[in-house]
Amino acid sequence: MLKFAVRRLLLLVPILLGLSILVFLFVRALPGGPETALLGERSTPERAAAVRAAYGLDRPVYEQYGSYMGKVVQGDFGVSIQTQQPVSDEIKRRFPATVELASAAILFAVVVGIPLGFVAGRRPGSWVDNTSTVGSLLGIAIPVFALGFLLKYVFAVRLGWLPGTGRQDVTITTEHPTGFYVLDGILTGDLPAAWDALKHLVLPAIALGTIPLAIITRITRAAVQEVSNEDFVRTAEAKGMTKQVVTRRHILRNAMLPVATIIGLQTGLLLSGAILTETVFAFGGMGSFMAAAVFTRDFPVIQGGILFLAVVFVLVNLLVDLSYGIIDPRVRTS
Amino acid sequence: MTAPVAHRESVPGHLLVGTPLLKVRDLTVTFASRGRRPVRAVDGIDLDVAAGSTVGIVGESGSGKSVTSLAAMGLLGKRGVTVTGSVEFDGEDLLNMPEDELRSVRGREIAMIFQDPMSSLNPVLTVGRQITEILERHKGLKGQAAKDRAAELLASVGIGDSVRRLRSFPHQLSGGMRQRVMIAMALACEPRLLIADEPTTALDVTISAQILELLRVLVKDTGTALILITHDLGVVAGLCDQVHVMYSGRIVESAPRRPLFAEPQHPYTTGLLASVPRLDQPRGLPLLPIPGSPSDTLPWAQGCAFSPRCTRRVDACVGHPPVIGPAPSRVPGHLVRCVNPVPYDVEEPTP
Repeated sequence: MLKFAVRRLLLLVPILLGLSILVFLFVRALPGGPETALLGERSTPERAAAVRAAYGLDRPVYEQYGSYMGKVVQGDFGVSIQTQQPVSDEIKRRFPATVELASAAILFAVVVGIPLGFVAGRRPGSWVDNTSTVGSLLGIAIPVFALGFLLKYVFAVRLGWLPGTGRQDVTITTEHPTGFYVLDGILTGDLPAAWDALKHLVLPAIALGTIPLAIITRITRAAVQEVSNEDFVRTAEAKGMTKQVVTRRHILRNAMLPVATIIGLQTGLLLSGAILTETVFAFGGMGSFMAAAVFTRDFPVIQGGILFLAVVFVLVNLLVDLSYGIIDPRVRTS
Repeated sequence: MTAPVAHRESVPGHLLVGTPLLKVRDLTVTFASRGRRPVRAVDGIDLDVAAGSTVGIVGESGSGKSVTSLAAMGLLGKRGVTVTGSVEFDGEDLLNMPEDELRSVRGREIAMIFQDPMSSLNPVLTVGRQITEILERHKGLKGQAAKDRAAELLASVGIGDSVRRLRSFPHQLSGGMRQRVMIAMALACEPRLLIADEPTTALDVTISAQILELLRVLVKDTGTALILITHDLGVVAGLCDQVHVMYSGRIVESAPRRPLFAEPQHPYTTGLLASVPRLDQPRGLPLLPIPGSPSDTLPWAQGCAFSPRCTRRVDACVGHPPVIGPAPSRVPGHLVRCVNPVPYDVEEPTP
């Protein structure tokens, strides 16, 4: 197990190396550069050239890459051209928001999706099955931003039940030792703040979690249906096990194998940022941050952010693979 | 040779003369699926199993032998399946028994072993857990007591180092070991009836002989009645007191083991026997398969289902369903469903 984890972590090195080259070349292949965003209408060829020189962008690409990677190895991701803050600080400030939102979205998808898929898989053709099939297709088909605006309009604007923007009410001032607002509220003992942060999470989490929900429901349904026809389920029935034991211990446990993979992949995807959801709900996470950096050609931010997210993605998938070994003994021993 | 008969004597006499342990009457199973004609997989089976006896059900794939046992156990599911007739176990009607009650009969009173021991064991649970859960359910054994009993059971089916083996997963065991685990599981609650559905089909020959011997000894020692479902007459020959030959959902010949092998009277049974390669024949002789396939059949209502493949077919075979009746051999318990049975004093045809 440990050997497997170490080997996977070592794999990060070639992945990051390849990715860094791709990103480095990609941002420089975009039309325009940071000077366009910085200077705007005041731009003259001379001023632009001066800005480029100031950030070392006039040097050959391989030289730029070499000095950039030299710093990255030491943990220095450079300074944002727009905000003049270290990229690592910027990421540290925004990543907790993304983790919070992604966790809430996945939680929503898992808690609703697995039971729904399970019932649908056990009773194919029932009204639960048909409703969940139509719902899943709708959930996948509807654009996230459209769903986001719809939810915001109905529940925040019309009904006023839940807040529609931000991570916390502006009137609440509280400490943020971790950057996870719900957790911060609990840690500092400021429970109203935690409750408020939680309420701010609901709508974006539903908007963001809808596609994973649809996928998890479908996969669970298919897996449950398949496992229900396995011989060992018949064995469990022949042993006279109660319906509950047959369902939980024999069917669900085996059906969770493919579902775990999907949950992991989806978590990885959500953690790499949810640009549309974060924009609609003005939720300041990695997604909106990275999108802004692309518009302003903030090269250090794009590079650092993508490398960071790649590491996160690989780590999440490593965790999924390790958890797979816990659920499936066949993986553990081979 | 007396061994299979011997364990009959250990059974209380009243069970033998009175009601049989399992009494199946006119069992019919029909599968219906949307847009297709319903298929009658089992078509009026009568079957008695006396306590402690061993009964064989023999037939080709698709003859309905497995479906018979699954229907009797209520394991066929409900969608598109119609089961009629009656199945009585120790006087209790299994087909109309409430679900909860049936679940407490299964595994405790009637146990089953299936064909493929790999797919029949849950891949994510340890062997130990799969045995202890049945002890928990029916015997109320928990924790260490259940584990100890499970280790005992594994040892009794010939698995060495049984305490350590409890922690093994099915994929860590060989095919023969897995089938031993299945047997240990089936016998965990000392059932009165064990149904073995092709227990050796997925195993190679030497292992399958070991498993059959194990089954034979275990049912003899515990006085468990055994229904052995197989397509292999060789398996039946060593174990069964009474043999039923099925074709296309009906029993075509029933007989005690000896008359069945010595004086088979249904052309299908003789065909099955003739198709087994024999060591006492000169080498190089062609095998003698039954011509055609089970799909060349006739609905029983229109005549004998075997008649399209039968070498002894006469006009009377078609037109009305053949009835089952005492065989010309007049051996008690020998029944045959044929209008033109094989003459019993003639040796089975050998080329």
